[in-house]
Amino acid sequence: MTRSCKPATINRMNSGNNQIRSRIRVWPLAAMPLLLTMGGCITVKAPDKPIVIELNINIKQEVIYRLAADAAQTIDKNAEIF
Amino acid sequence: MVRTVTSTPMFALTALALASFGLSSSAMAQRDPAYAAAREAGQVGEKVDGYLGYVGPASPALRAVVEDINIKRKAVYAQKAQANNATVEEYALTSGCVLIDHTVPGEKYQAPGGSWQTRTAAAPQRDSRCP
Repeated sequence: MTRSCKPATINRMNSGNNQIRSRIRVWPLAAMPLLLTMGGCITVKAPDKPIVIELNINIKQEVIYRLAADAAQTIDKNAEIF
Repeated sequence: MVRTVTSTPMFALTALALASFGLSSSAMAQRDPAYAAAREAGQVGEKVDGYLGYVGPASPALRAVVEDINIKRKAVYAQKAQANNATVEEYALTSGCVLIDHTVPGEKYQAPGGSWQTRTAAAPQRDSRCP
């Protein structure tokens, strides 16, 4: 993006008469990276909440099934704290 | 050996009594009375994550008892998780499934959404991943 902007700036410098017109043409080009960055910011903000849910889902059912019998035994053996 | 036992029957009896006491205390250890009372009164409940939680405002004395239990639970979870190649959170959550299942009617437990529920005769509301 930065590279495509540079020739536009050079053009403006070369043609002194058309300064205003080229400035108008340069504006949208210069604004594009800014808009893109802003768009990027929004997509980064969006997954804020789903990440929390994802952590919770991280523990898979198969792991719980594998540990269940051992956990039940541990609870029986340490009854004073359960 | 036989001679020793027959010559000191009192010692043998004491040893037997101590052995049986040790066995019963490890197999059938009782809950701390303060904890048992708070549990029965619904002041504390079983959380989804395998630890105890306060259902309402708790006195400093109750907090001390519960925090002590939770620290001990975490130590047990950590040890057992390592032995089973699992994370502490995984082992704790699995224990939470079992503990909520083991609650008796009248006791409090945390539903998957986070709300406190009173256990009834019906099956408790548990995480969909619970066995």
